[in-house]
Amino acid sequence: MSLEQTPIVEIQNVSKQFGSLYAVDDISLSIYPGEFFSLLGASGCGKTTLLRMLAGFETPTTGRIFIDGQDITDLPPYKRPINMMFQSYALFPHMSVADNIAFGLRQEKMPKAERDQRVEEMMQLVQISKLAKRKPHQLSGGQRQRVALARALAKHPKILLLDEPLGALDKKLREQTQFELVNLQERLGITFIVVTHDQEEAMTMSSRIALLREGRIVQVDAPRRLYEYPNCRYSADFIGSINLLDAEVISQDEDLVTLKTDAFEQPLQVYHGQPLIAEMDVTVAIRPEKIRVVNSSGTHNANTIEGVIKEIAYLGDVSIYHVELPSGKRIQFTQSNIQALAEQPLTWEDKVCLSWQADSCNLLLE
Amino acid sequence: MNPSLSGNNPLAKLSGRGLLIGAPWFWMGVFFLLPFLFIIKLSLSEAALMQPPYLPFIREIEDGLVTLVVNFGNYSLLFEDPLYWKALLSSIEIAAIATLVTLLIGYPMAYAIAKAPKAWRLPLLMLIILPFWTSFLIRVYAWIGILKTNGILNDALLGLGLIDQPLEILYTPTAVYIGIVYSYLPFMILPLYATLIRLDDTLLEAAADLGCPPWKQFLTVTLPLSLPGIIAGSMLVFIPVMGEFVIPDLLGGPNTLMIGKLMWTEFFNNKDWPLASALAAVLLVVLIIPFVLWQHFEKRLEMRQ
Repeated sequence: MSLEQTPIVEIQNVSKQFGSLYAVDDISLSIYPGEFFSLLGASGCGKTTLLRMLAGFETPTTGRIFIDGQDITDLPPYKRPINMMFQSYALFPHMSVADNIAFGLRQEKMPKAERDQRVEEMMQLVQISKLAKRKPHQLSGGQRQRVALARALAKHPKILLLDEPLGALDKKLREQTQFELVNLQERLGITFIVVTHDQEEAMTMSSRIALLREGRIVQVDAPRRLYEYPNCRYSADFIGSINLLDAEVISQDEDLVTLKTDAFEQPLQVYHGQPLIAEMDVTVAIRPEKIRVVNSSGTHNANTIEGVIKEIAYLGDVSIYHVELPSGKRIQFTQSNIQALAEQPLTWEDKVCLSWQADSCNLLLE
Repeated sequence: MNPSLSGNNPLAKLSGRGLLIGAPWFWMGVFFLLPFLFIIKLSLSEAALMQPPYLPFIREIEDGLVTLVVNFGNYSLLFEDPLYWKALLSSIEIAAIATLVTLLIGYPMAYAIAKAPKAWRLPLLMLIILPFWTSFLIRVYAWIGILKTNGILNDALLGLGLIDQPLEILYTPTAVYIGIVYSYLPFMILPLYATLIRLDDTLLEAAADLGCPPWKQFLTVTLPLSLPGIIAGSMLVFIPVMGEFVIPDLLGGPNTLMIGKLMWTEFFNNKDWPLASALAAVLLVVLIIPFVLWQHFEKRLEMRQ
């Protein structure tokens, strides 16, 4: 994201208090035009409250929200240049599909001919032209989702808010719809802000993700960076699976840090740009797919350990192996199954030697 | 017992399911259809000064010779004498106006209860239902005390200096309307509340999100979606008010013409059971019409989809 660009949405120190509880606690965020931005987090992290404040259904206790430089904090929902797709879709049960989509256009008193044309365009966009006369209760879940999307897009909003847009769909349809949403967003150039609890969904669709926890932002980054360079244990653990090792800093030679851990005798080595203090308690995070099985020759080298395979989960494309170290600590690693078949297959109780590069793991301070 | 009959004995085939479905049919048959058939039969008889006060259908003319006499005179009298027409029209008018007034008062009340904080809803509903604890008759009598010339209302208004002369309300149509609206308001509020409480608030949020200000949200979302409650409440008020007898009798003057009151007069004062029965039959037919119309309308709505 280039810094010269002006944000389309600017959230400044926004908090929302319900009773004594802070649902959103001093969040500041800038979202830029054309982004597919995800608010990701477990339930109760405040992501929905933040979205509802953007839509205007909740008023921030403190802080301001700007859209295109205009302060919209006190603007009622019906005056905001934002539309929202609701988690429950909230289709009007007494109106046909076409009338649902036309609802917003009627509010702005668009002439009938133009309105009909826009409704037709929207229905084509989400491929539901044949359903124009149906009522919501005559539609399947996937069709309803499309109507909700068409209705929210009909007014050509600057920003579209989507609350768990794929939450009610089954897995197969969800995967397909993910790509359709991304294509649609790229084609229309509208800024999408999505709330989701599903990290895979966020990873697939987003240009950037804000990971939230207990009303605060943990990390804001592109999916790749969030995965490769988590800034704390929480985000490392939330996105994908990872091995977390408690470690203590021994020495730092330029960027190469050497550490010791209770999990095994061998020293750990990680690259870390910031200066560290010896004997500092830190966490080393290693993704399972970055661990390789090696010959048991160099077991005294750093980042090389030995253990016994205790569990194997076969997932088709990859297998996950749980390895028990002599200390009792378990380490996970994954191997693509093409590789597993080519080499000698690994099985239960096999003794393996594992190794990883110092630049393929992360040192986390908190 | 005839063996061929015992094989077809419907009692032998009665299963639990049959009993369950049969029970309401039995109930309707014995307590509604049968009495109604009696009414029809009575309405086709001739009034007479005897006990019971009508001539039987089947009469013995001479020894052994029997004749069946069906008398349509009661019905033709209903159509000929303008009194009955006027009573019917006046009942429809009173019931329609009273229904509209209860709707106008009941809707905001039901809406307010449905939108009230959860802890408040039950107590508020209890306040609506509470008057049922007291006998209907006593409550209507109480209105006499309130509305009469030197009653509570006039005393209060005179005391406040709002009026110089006591208002003549009791024994006027106004008193009848007050009594009806008061008595039937809960029947309007409860079905309205039941539909309004089920209304999904996110629909209003969706409407707001699409640019709809609150008053228009009410007209485009809340009102059409509460239509079933409006219809149910209106029927619950309109139908019994059409046959209402106690309220016009106690609060209305001699000029308040209602079919229920007329029926009572025919039955008890004039001892004309057949004519009263004919009136009852006509009233039933009149009341069925809105039902049939509504069902037709509903079907058309479904067909259109």
